[in-house]
Amino acid sequence: MDSGDYIRIEHVTKRFGSFHAVDDAHFSIKPGEFFSLLGPSGCGKTTLLRMIAGFEFPTEGEIYIDGQPVTGVPANKRPTNMVFQSYAIFPHLNVYDNVAYGLRKLRLPRVELDRRVKEALGMIRMDGFEDRRADQMSGGQRQRVALARALINRPKVLLLDEPLGALDKKLREQMQFELRQLQKTVGITFIFVTHDQEEALSLSDRIAVMQKGKVLQIASPRELYESPNCRDVADFIGTMNFMPGIVRAIEAKVAVVDVEGLGIINSPLPEDYSFATPGAAVLIGARPEKLDVVRGAPHPGEKGVAGMIGACAYLGDRNHFQVTIAGREGPLQVATEQGDRSTLASFMPGENVTVSWGDNSMVLLPKD
Amino acid sequence: MSAKPLKKVGEKSWGITIFAFLYLAFLYAPMVVLPIFSFADQKVIDFPIKGFTTHWYEEMFAKPEMHKALWNSIQVGLIASITATLFGLLAAKAITRYAIPGKSFATGLISLPLFIPEILLGLALLIILNVVGVTLSLLTIAGGHVLLCTPFAMAVLVARLDGFDKSLEEASLDLGESGWMTFWRVTFPLIMPAVVSSLLLTFIVSFDEFLLAFFLQGTEQTLPLYIWSGLRFPSNFPPTLALGSIILVVSIVLVVLAEWLRQAGTGGGKMKVGV
Repeated sequence: MDSGDYIRIEHVTKRFGSFHAVDDAHFSIKPGEFFSLLGPSGCGKTTLLRMIAGFEFPTEGEIYIDGQPVTGVPANKRPTNMVFQSYAIFPHLNVYDNVAYGLRKLRLPRVELDRRVKEALGMIRMDGFEDRRADQMSGGQRQRVALARALINRPKVLLLDEPLGALDKKLREQMQFELRQLQKTVGITFIFVTHDQEEALSLSDRIAVMQKGKVLQIASPRELYESPNCRDVADFIGTMNFMPGIVRAIEAKVAVVDVEGLGIINSPLPEDYSFATPGAAVLIGARPEKLDVVRGAPHPGEKGVAGMIGACAYLGDRNHFQVTIAGREGPLQVATEQGDRSTLASFMPGENVTVSWGDNSMVLLPKD
Repeated sequence: MSAKPLKKVGEKSWGITIFAFLYLAFLYAPMVVLPIFSFADQKVIDFPIKGFTTHWYEEMFAKPEMHKALWNSIQVGLIASITATLFGLLAAKAITRYAIPGKSFATGLISLPLFIPEILLGLALLIILNVVGVTLSLLTIAGGHVLLCTPFAMAVLVARLDGFDKSLEEASLDLGESGWMTFWRVTFPLIMPAVVSSLLLTFIVSFDEFLLAFFLQGTEQTLPLYIWSGLRFPSNFPPTLALGSIILVVSIVLVVLAEWLRQAGTGGGKMKVGV
């Protein structure tokens, strides 16, 4: 094991009866990393987190934290602490006693206890709230107390189970920012569970995308967005146009693909392109913002195809078009920036246009 | 054809109101008779009432046997309620927190004494105690009462533990506490109202219980047994009514208190407890 294997999930499977909650998860997390488990509800991300916390135990596989096998170790003996979705602030204790909860068994001298609680409350800017109870605090404040309570034990890993889910949008964005700051300050490894892709993208160093118990891809936010490794990941993160095609040839750095309705596209090769043998059916993915709508010829150096504007939507910072292409099932989604103020006004539904793209921004994906 | 106007929401239907009143009168009127005659200045229960007196209360309080029986009942009630609440707590914890095979069967078994005729239960227990060779005493009565009280305790505590945010217990474990300390530092303070409610309820069940006590009594009497034996002598009758009235009032107060505590305790994890 090298230093990159601070937390190691080794072929972990969790079955409830015949249901595979987590199916052969196998990856490692680096020290100090902000790592997210992202997926729709029921994908197994929370079960995986609870196995790292010690609330559930794997049916198969091993979990290591800082080199130590912890697979069968219960939660109270693990160097992990958790921020619960419901925050789980003890309702019969005030903020001070909530935060000090994990320290009581250490029997620290009063002065030392006071100092550490004060320090933890200062870190989350909740000084002066020592005497408040859970029902006297807002959701955001409870969230902070839950963070302080978990961090005061100086865990090796902090586990966060959709901690921002219950907050409203504005507060959530602010807490995202603070969470990131906090993680940089304390330098503790964070494992963050969320179903919100934007949240995962903006917070994480790396993200594991999960679906139906399986880990589909683990990559940085940029990599996930720019080069998803399968249709499900591409679909879950942002919007993607999928265009079926047949591989004609594999060249130095590109796959030559004959795409339905769009003609030949020279798509860059992904890391693993074993599925793209000549003659194989594949998908070409294109993000809406990588396409553009123009009149007449495509942008210089780009390819184009004739189409007709279907629906337009004004989204403030950008416009969304659905463009119908002859020979292609379903319209293409095109997003253009709102920089050019005349864009929306100048394109009307029913108008004949050209969709313009650069082959370099296309993503080669396996058919299924 | 002129349609009949439809009844609006909130419009009174007299039939159901009258029925409700009659029903309540049928349930509770006999209970009022007891306190009324306990203050009547006459030895025979008969209308019209001749006058008001507190004499029967004085006479009743003056009897040393009554004091003895009251103290016996309190002892039996304390033993039965504390033991039953403890058993109920263990059962409730097992039912709500662990996946045990045969769980519903075990729950049904614990609740069974509620549905078996008490006279059969009493008889069966008496036979067993005789076979085993246990001397009948207040303890045997308390034992019988534990059997009867545990289902009540379990029901009250299961309801509380079920409505309890389990992540609170997980948070405590996560912060390094053992299961036992988690129970004392988190679970117990939060279910305290239900525990008190269970103690009050089971105490009253035991305090008022006659049939099991009748079968399982040794040489000492509990209060209901004392009342029963007092009824044999007409001169004892009015003081017995006075005693019955007091028991009635105390029972009602305790049950109302228990119910109030139980309801106050079902507010999820949100309510305030303790100091």
